[in-house]
Amino acid sequence: MTLFIEQCLNGLQFGLLLFLLAAGLTLVFGIMDLVNLAHGSLYMIGAYFAATFAAWTGSFVLGALLGLVATLVVGMAVEVIAMRRLYGRDHLDHVLGTFGLILFFDELVRLIWGPEGLSLPLPSWLNTSVQILPGVQYSAYRLSIIIVSLAVAGFLYVLVMRTRIGMLIRAGASNREMVGALGVNIKLLYTLVFGLGAALAGLAGLMQAPILTVQIGMGENILIVAFVITVIGGIGSIRGAFIAALLVGFVDTLGRAFFPDLLRLVLSPNAASTAAPALSSMLIYLVMAIVLVVRPEGLFPAVRK
Amino acid sequence: MRKILLAAGTALLLAAGPAMAQQKPIKIGFISTFSGPVAVIGNDMRNSFELALDHMGRKMAGRPVEVIYEDDGFKPEVGKQKTEKLIESDKVDFISGYIWSNVLLASIKPVVDSKTFLVIANAGASQVAGELCSPYVFSTSWQNDQTPEAMGLYMNQKGVKSVFLIGPNYAAGKDMLAGVAHTFKGKVIGQELTTWPSQLDFSAELSKAKAANPDAIFVFYPGKAGVQFLSQYAQAGLKGKIPLYTAFTIDETSLPLQKDLALGVPGAQEWVNDLPNEANKKFVADYMKKYPGHRPSFYGAQSYDAANLIASAVAATKGDLSDKEALRKAMEKADFKSVRGQFKFGNNHIPIQNFYLQDVVKDAKGDYVLKTVATIIKDYQDGSHSKCPMK
Repeated sequence: MTLFIEQCLNGLQFGLLLFLLAAGLTLVFGIMDLVNLAHGSLYMIGAYFAATFAAWTGSFVLGALLGLVATLVVGMAVEVIAMRRLYGRDHLDHVLGTFGLILFFDELVRLIWGPEGLSLPLPSWLNTSVQILPGVQYSAYRLSIIIVSLAVAGFLYVLVMRTRIGMLIRAGASNREMVGALGVNIKLLYTLVFGLGAALAGLAGLMQAPILTVQIGMGENILIVAFVITVIGGIGSIRGAFIAALLVGFVDTLGRAFFPDLLRLVLSPNAASTAAPALSSMLIYLVMAIVLVVRPEGLFPAVRK
Repeated sequence: MRKILLAAGTALLLAAGPAMAQQKPIKIGFISTFSGPVAVIGNDMRNSFELALDHMGRKMAGRPVEVIYEDDGFKPEVGKQKTEKLIESDKVDFISGYIWSNVLLASIKPVVDSKTFLVIANAGASQVAGELCSPYVFSTSWQNDQTPEAMGLYMNQKGVKSVFLIGPNYAAGKDMLAGVAHTFKGKVIGQELTTWPSQLDFSAELSKAKAANPDAIFVFYPGKAGVQFLSQYAQAGLKGKIPLYTAFTIDETSLPLQKDLALGVPGAQEWVNDLPNEANKKFVADYMKKYPGHRPSFYGAQSYDAANLIASAVAATKGDLSDKEALRKAMEKADFKSVRGQFKFGNNHIPIQNFYLQDVVKDAKGDYVLKTVATIIKDYQDGSHSKCPMK
């Protein structure tokens, strides 16, 4: 039972981290109608900035905060310099343009930081486990990821549902032309939304950095999962992204944790332990296929006119 | 007039033919991973291979040496393509390299079919030591089982009664976990294979290991995955509670990122940078001189040996590569100064060699270095050699 609780926490942590990445992606896609493949690059940049600033300041928390601000700035700069040329064009142009950005950022990082990658060591108070329930010890760092991500999710909820900017964001997601026609500075709104998305990706990257190390191309694998989440959740919907991210996090982690044992009931132990990792890594795509069959628009599609 | 000139030119070329044949370079193809996060390993292998060529004046038996480096991109299908390219279009005399067992297994058929000599500098797929062994295939590394088998022996010495095994789901990962179980006398109470190379988060596996409450955890995670595993092992609060035993998880390419996390985590290896023989002292010192800021890893040491093995055979046949039988016999003698000390080849062309216990310490300058603690087993031969039909 304690194992099950712990695996659920692992799933929750992974899901929340994916939510941060997918929320930015779905915001940009839903509001600006922009397919941003370079979202994973911002995730990588966030991790590199945090590792660098943490090494300079000697403080993990300070490094993370500075890294977050720097990624926000980079994100807004990318929007002003590059993304503006892509609005209103075909999605294929978006894919080409932002794929170019991936190559650009990978090479830029190689030039600045070198090919070896960086590590972001945790302070000792995070590099340990804490007792959260009687008999359940859990990694202090993963627990803090859960707390920070939940706080960010709450902040996003308030921002989108309760503030004027949020109202404009929602209006933009439903009908962009009308928002522009009503005299809203849509350019500024786009820059802000893109910067927010970049900061969320950067936050995900820098929180993942102590777990996975900081390396070139680290955002590319996880970006595929983030796209899966936006598809499951419904494009443009933050709520959908939240539910879908948790779903994917749980399915992936619990699949990896318990699927091998289930397979061992029907297959020989050797065949089971070989086949299980391959099969369990397919699970999230199966979930996506099922959702697409039942609800082609995703679970919570943003209302579009 | 043009025809005459052309004819004269052709005649000159023909006349120059025999003289040029003397100086025709020896071509070596070298396949490793030179892109992506594990490029540090490929670079270390290339650095060491180049250093070996420097040490021999970039000549073997008087003939210049030309090396063609190819990047397998960490993918078996790419490795196979590059191998075929080296054989068919570059027409290389020797092939060396190969980090990954799955890349090697995908690439070995074209090598053996074309009777090109292959000196494996790392990958130790058990099949290549057993049923797939070939007169043209040699290894300066090991068979995958051997290193974890040595670790299993060490865990017996430490009185470990139960172990939980974690490793990646590909050819080498399966060999390694099987290897520990060969020699470990206690109970294997759990085994987890993870998707390779895409899975980098081991939370689910670590939770299961913790719940199983073993005396020890054994892992095999080469390259960057080793850094990720060690940090997550510490974050899960297992450091100091369930001791970790490793094979190929901590080396000079991963240590700069692992730092403190690697202190006190034992590993088994056939070569450690402080082995006290002359060839090794020269290799390590010159490597650090030629590539400041870097230390050679076992990947590099094996590549350095691969170059020297090839050179020893070319010298024995006086640069004549046409008699493959003579060349094979010369290779089998392993008549060169290996940086791991003396070793000899088994019938399957896999080294019979010592395995050492290595540990991570901080040196006087505050750098993290590996050092030899003890010899776990001497002149150890792999278990697959009986499956190899060669005598």
